[in-house]
Amino acid sequence: MAMLHIVNKSPFDRSTLDSCLQSSKDGAAVLLIEDAVVAAVNGTSVSAKIADALSSKSVYVLGPDLNARGFQDADMIDGIKSVDYAGFVDLVAENSNVQSWL
Amino acid sequence: MMEPWEENESPVKKFMFVNRKAPYGTVYALESLEVVLISAAFDQDVSLVFVDDGVYQLKKNQSTDGIGMKNFSPTYNALGDYDINKIYIEAESMKERGLTLEDLQELTYEDEDDDWAEKSSINVVSRAELAELMDAQDVVISS
Amino acid sequence: MKFTILINEGPYQHQASDSAYQFAKAALEKGHEIFRVFFYNDAVNNATRLSVPPQDDRNVTENWAALAEQHNLDMVVCIAAAQRRGMLDAGEMERQGKDANNIHPAFRISGLGQLVEGGIQSDRLVTFGD
Repeated sequence: MAMLHIVNKSPFDRSTLDSCLQSSKDGAAVLLIEDAVVAAVNGTSVSAKIADALSSKSVYVLGPDLNARGFQDADMIDGIKSVDYAGFVDLVAENSNVQSWL
Repeated sequence: MMEPWEENESPVKKFMFVNRKAPYGTVYALESLEVVLISAAFDQDVSLVFVDDGVYQLKKNQSTDGIGMKNFSPTYNALGDYDINKIYIEAESMKERGLTLEDLQELTYEDEDDDWAEKSSINVVSRAELAELMDAQDVVISS
Repeated sequence: MKFTILINEGPYQHQASDSAYQFAKAALEKGHEIFRVFFYNDAVNNATRLSVPPQDDRNVTENWAALAEQHNLDMVVCIAAAQRRGMLDAGEMERQGKDANNIHPAFRISGLGQLVEGGIQSDRLVTFGD
């Protein structure tokens, strides 16, 4: 029984990624889409927070959104998995429920 | 064992409406409340959550004449009449904003299983408790 | 699996409608069913018949219309949100005494109950917003 949490805003712009990480249970899946994908990039002031989250949750990034913003899989924090839209659909289907942090 | 008239009915699902934004600066508080009220007609297991800036939606003494917008905060009082009585407010969100329950509207309902006694619909929960509650939902609609 | 998709933002201003569209497309390609796409808040503006975006970029409304036609999607615009924002179909134009309507035929106007029903009848409800 794991929830998929979808975050779509940059952590430098909104607090929803923070709220999500604080309010999601161990074992949850977190998917970064749209502007939130910048949180998946290595070497930012939130990278440590994300790496920490990885110890208890699965973190995914929507690859197409990452590429759109000029980043590649190689730029990601270790442990984050990149998915395409088909993978996004799979995440929604495979987790027991889904919540968008708006 | 289901009665014949129950067999074709949809199961009751747990719906949670999560409110994260302050009122008036955006429309989400108002339009989310409209969904919640409509959901009452569907006999589902509805919870309403106020977290982050959403706690401001329940702040007492809203006076909107100066900004020329309708004060829709009295509508929250109707929730109990619509059988929407599972209302959760996150403790950490209140604390961060210097708010206590005394600053917020009292939302009540009449418990039909207890001689229509008037009870508070509000439950103050911790972030961790909220995480558990969210996890158990079938449908989460956030705004 | 049966999905209901909720969109809360208008076209172009936010990526929400585009993200929802790409998700819907991928879900259908995988053989899933989309029970309903519900347009609430500013998302009612996705249903305009009148947009003329630049030719070298996507047409958000036509993307949805084409997908709906191909897969017989039920695309619902919330009536209350639509009235607030001046999105009217022919019926609403008559009822409200207005001199024009602007809803694309691929969308139908209905009540918020359709969103709740979507949540009840679907396996998953996914929201795309701000």
